[in-house]
Amino acid sequence: MQVRSAFQEFRAAAIAMTPLIVAVMPIGLVFGAVAAAKGLTPAEVTLMSALVFAGGSQFVAMDIWTHPASWAALGFSALLVNIRHVLMSASIGSKLDSFSGPARYASMLLLADEIWAMAEMRASNGKLTPAWYAGLAVPFYCAWVLTSLTGAMLGALLGDPKLIGLDFAFPAVFIILVMGFWKGRETGAVLAASACAAVVTHQLLPGVWYIAAGAAAGVVVAVLSGGRKEAHA
Amino acid sequence: MTVDLDALLAILAMAVATIATRIGGLILIRYVTIGENQKRALEAIPPAVLMAVIAPTALVTGPSETIAAAATAVAATRLPLLASVAIGVISVALLRQVLGGAW
Repeated sequence: MQVRSAFQEFRAAAIAMTPLIVAVMPIGLVFGAVAAAKGLTPAEVTLMSALVFAGGSQFVAMDIWTHPASWAALGFSALLVNIRHVLMSASIGSKLDSFSGPARYASMLLLADEIWAMAEMRASNGKLTPAWYAGLAVPFYCAWVLTSLTGAMLGALLGDPKLIGLDFAFPAVFIILVMGFWKGRETGAVLAASACAAVVTHQLLPGVWYIAAGAAAGVVVAVLSGGRKEAHA
Repeated sequence: MTVDLDALLAILAMAVATIATRIGGLILIRYVTIGENQKRALEAIPPAVLMAVIAPTALVTGPSETIAAAATAVAATRLPLLASVAIGVISVALLRQVLGGAW
């Protein structure tokens, strides 16, 4: 088998990633525009996209953003929304044989859903090299940061995103992601518990406690229903 | 191009929290064996968190949002992500025109 150069690996991975890069661009633009409508400056938007690089948590942050911003509430909600990364890095972390120790940790800094999915695919039908991972991650990262900045600068021109329904883009993305996690009736129980707890908490308490309450209710139901199934088996 | 100090702190807090989740799994697989219950709990986290985030918007904001959320969910079962998002955004904008919205 011919050994390919690092550059060839990088380029092939970037080409494989192209559809996902195209798909993330409008989302980056919408994020920038929503953030600008929330009163963030283009510099703040760019900084957030560059340092956080996790679309879901960034959209949630715009939902709960206040002036002045509360670092505790925003950090806590980012932790909750992104806790799935623990599972993703635990899974891909066992497939990084050709990475040096520091490279393993460095690569995880760019672990977004789309990059993770493509890296898992590569690991399952080939060899996941550092160059391949970089080819997946770096162009995607650049697209996210640059379209966020562009959206923030154009956002002021677009005016109120609610008028054209753009404020609904992220709830819509989340709804679609939830549908993707559907694995049958047990998922239904988790979702119902989460929704009920979140709505009730949202009515009663200020801030983002509704996210914690919904997440906790969903997890408790998942563990309980699993335990019951084992008892019956 | 200015950065407010509170905003900077909030962004850094988000970044630290997110980085912790990204390297958390690497550390986890070095030290912890995950049993059935732990695995079930971890697997339930993404849908539970996402549902909690959208529930107030989708269920108690107004009829436009609830109907658009349902339309998005149905679209997601057969259309790609971007098309489903477009359906959600367009339907909420139209419904708000027709029904009047909670905005």
